[in-house]
Amino acid sequence: MILAKVLGNVVATQKNHRYDNARVMLCESISPEGEATGYTVLALDAVDAGVGDTVLIVQEGWSASTTATGKAGAAIDSAIIGVVDRIDLLEDE
Amino acid sequence: MQLARVIGTVVATMKNDSLQNRKLLVVQSLNKDLAPQGKPLVAVDAAGAGVGELVFWCRGKEASFPFKREDTPTDCTIIGIVDSDSHVCCG
Amino acid sequence: MIIARIIGTVVASQKDERLEGKKLLIVRPINLDGSDTSGYVVAVDTVGAGFHERVLVVAGSSARLAQNMKDTPIDAAVVGVIDTVDIMAPEK
Repeated sequence: MILAKVLGNVVATQKNHRYDNARVMLCESISPEGEATGYTVLALDAVDAGVGDTVLIVQEGWSASTTATGKAGAAIDSAIIGVVDRIDLLEDE
Repeated sequence: MQLARVIGTVVATMKNDSLQNRKLLVVQSLNKDLAPQGKPLVAVDAAGAGVGELVFWCRGKEASFPFKREDTPTDCTIIGIVDSDSHVCCG
Repeated sequence: MIIARIIGTVVASQKDERLEGKKLLIVRPINLDGSDTSGYVVAVDTVGAGFHERVLVVAGSSARLAQNMKDTPIDAAVVGVIDTVDIMAPEK
């Protein structure tokens, strides 16, 4: 999974029918330290994430599809599976 | 999935049978500011997209799912068309 | 599979219910000489790995094949704690 910040969403009327009722969120991946990497990805929301939230994105088909639509087999490669409360980084030994 | 702009088409007469009648488009992935991100890719179209349109695409094995499942050899498929540039809402 | 070291943990209470009770670790892939690479991945712990340990991480859909991870929406899992890695010396 990767960490990302939710920037907004994308509105698409004409899309694959398995995406109906799903929210396509625009996210930017971040480092564990919380810095933006500049890399933008899209992910379907499954946990009611909002703009500005730090989230956990799963990038594997079966997982993303079952999380976002409840069923496997949709053309979905990323889904938001969690809203991050806290990131704890270990100090170097 | 990633945002992308359709920047061209590909015509291939000789191709795998399962790609017959499929539209091949060249897409340039975009970042949040709609500036290019990474290299252009060839995508199979599953949304009825055309050149110039803002779309989003799916990578990997899942890319073949819009077609007769796992029957189409593609790792990049256009899944949806974004209504307009202003429908990419930030913040 | 990749060799990585644990650099932190993630806490998320609002999440897919199938992830409940799973420990989320931030791991950074390392080179064979032990130096860090630049990336990271959030992986689910399946072996009770401890902080700072070198671990084995499996990514992709295979992560779900790990013990107790069946039908869990994950794309990376810590599946082993590394004791030693021996690299053959290059031939002269």
